[in-house]
Amino acid sequence: MSDLPPLVVALPLLGSVTVLLAGLVRPRTGWPITVATALAQVVAVGTLATRAFGDEPVRYVVGGFSRPFGIELVVDGLSASMALLVAVVSVGVLAYARTAGPRSNPFYATYLLLVGGLTGMSITGDVFNMYVFLEITGLTAYALVASGDGGRSALAALKYLLVGTVGASLFLLGIGYAYIATGTLNMYDLSNQLAADPAGYTDPLVQAAFGLLVVGLFVKVAVFPVHTWQPTAYAGAPDSVSAFISALVSTVAAYALIRIVFTVFTVDFLAANGLAQTVLVAAAVVSIVVGSLLAVSQTEIKRMLAYSSVSQFGLVLAAIAVANTTALTGAAIHLVGHAIMKGGLFLTSGLIATETGARSIDGYDGLAERLPSGAGAFGVLALAMVGVPPAVGFVGKWYVALGAVEAEAWPLAVVIFASTLLTLAYFARIVERMYFREAPEPAASVESTETGATTAVVTDGNGPTGDHTSGSGPRVSLGMRAAVVGAAVLAIVLGVAAFQYGQLLEPTIERLLS
Amino acid sequence: MIDLLADRLYYLVSFLLLGVGTYMLIANRNVVKKVIGMNVFQTGIFLFFITSAFVTGASPPLLTAPEPYVSPLPHVLILTAIVVGVSLTAVALGLVVRVYEEYGTLNEQAIRQVSHDE
Repeated sequence: MSDLPPLVVALPLLGSVTVLLAGLVRPRTGWPITVATALAQVVAVGTLATRAFGDEPVRYVVGGFSRPFGIELVVDGLSASMALLVAVVSVGVLAYARTAGPRSNPFYATYLLLVGGLTGMSITGDVFNMYVFLEITGLTAYALVASGDGGRSALAALKYLLVGTVGASLFLLGIGYAYIATGTLNMYDLSNQLAADPAGYTDPLVQAAFGLLVVGLFVKVAVFPVHTWQPTAYAGAPDSVSAFISALVSTVAAYALIRIVFTVFTVDFLAANGLAQTVLVAAAVVSIVVGSLLAVSQTEIKRMLAYSSVSQFGLVLAAIAVANTTALTGAAIHLVGHAIMKGGLFLTSGLIATETGARSIDGYDGLAERLPSGAGAFGVLALAMVGVPPAVGFVGKWYVALGAVEAEAWPLAVVIFASTLLTLAYFARIVERMYFREAPEPAASVESTETGATTAVVTDGNGPTGDHTSGSGPRVSLGMRAAVVGAAVLAIVLGVAAFQYGQLLEPTIERLLS
Repeated sequence: MIDLLADRLYYLVSFLLLGVGTYMLIANRNVVKKVIGMNVFQTGIFLFFITSAFVTGASPPLLTAPEPYVSPLPHVLILTAIVVGVSLTAVALGLVVRVYEEYGTLNEQAIRQVSHDE
């Protein structure tokens, strides 16, 4: 089974084609095939991951062209975590999307393409290959955002496309600079070439390459000044899509940023270029603070969650700027944890919207009585995101903050601690509304019946749901509930397991920083 | 100075294209023209790569031609990037069609007034 690394990229791509072809013969086969592919992907990536957490990463040379000429796939602990995260989240969102989501075969095909692109980005060891996977991820994400009804999602997708393409193009330009400076595209070879050249780290060409690559990825991660695509895209997309994209696309882009900064340019580059580090710190601080402030000022839940992402990725960026073992462990944990929590929050908000029609903060008044399960899941996930101890959000922030203290980056450490309060600022008001306020008198649009059972019949309100199902019939399925509860449980369980995971990740992080 | 300009003229042009593309992308209100701006922007990058492969007096990278050769790798990369660019344009234009069907205009400001988004 040494061909596993290319297989985990090929499997979703093959699945995607199969969905389309099978759909021509039997239209209703999309969901089963997609689920089967996603489960097979979990097994394949899981097997690969057991081998990747060692002293040496798993390397695979594609097509028999050895390094530095061919494309190499490299799977270390961090890549394996990302690939596994992608696989697991894709299964969870599928469980939700069965009744909730856009249910066409093209949707499932695009979905699997996105899984393939994200997995490819996680395990590639070649910068140009990474660009190609970045664009595959981008293209499919634009298409998925546009899969909602109405002009809003199309407009959001178009905005996302224009901004995202500029980001990816800057990334490509950065690759061009790096290629001209070193004559290679392989990540390990690039870092060796840069280290071998004595003037390498302060060469303007190399500095420009770093700047372009990092700024290009900033756009994809949605760091503050270039985040503008994110709220529109998340709010315009159908619920399952916004959960999937918010959990994975920015996360894998942030992983790519770690790869570029530490595998290609290495910590020595950061040490030689104080300005680069300053820019990273500044971007992190601005993202954390402004992202939170913008989140506080939102009234629509999905937009608020989107701005919350901007601020949470500021934390990851802070860890990259600090650049020590503790902080990077924190970044890895926070990437995984944030994906679970934010994906779960989007799914929960979708579930709540489906059952009560509430899409803005006002609609969450007294939700605990009307929909205890939804309110409970939302509360748990929100508190996990704030960083209340047993949850995974706490562990990630703890490591990042500890790393900043170790590095004696005091201003950054203060901002990281303050970020917890800022996160509390926008989540606490929702928790307060859900548990301590009276529900409004049944208004025109809101009318929910029994909530404890697995099915609930909701009279069709005039809420802007992105569903194809209209009229009667069960709107909230078992799968939707299972996905939401699963995310909430996972956010706690991962928190307990996160310290072990941090230790498991240690050889990988050491190698990144060496 | 003139020598330098003459020497680097191709780079200058490709970066000029980057500037023109970015300007169109930001300043133009017509969404189709924004897509065109995006294309111009990408073309600038493509030309930059191709220029970097050029070696004075070299022949195309064919085994039958005499050495030295121009570098073939950037050409290959850009072939891939062109394919990506075409797909992006296709998706973008598909979205533009949907936006037009929905709002009946291609003007960004008019769309914003109609939709009241943000």
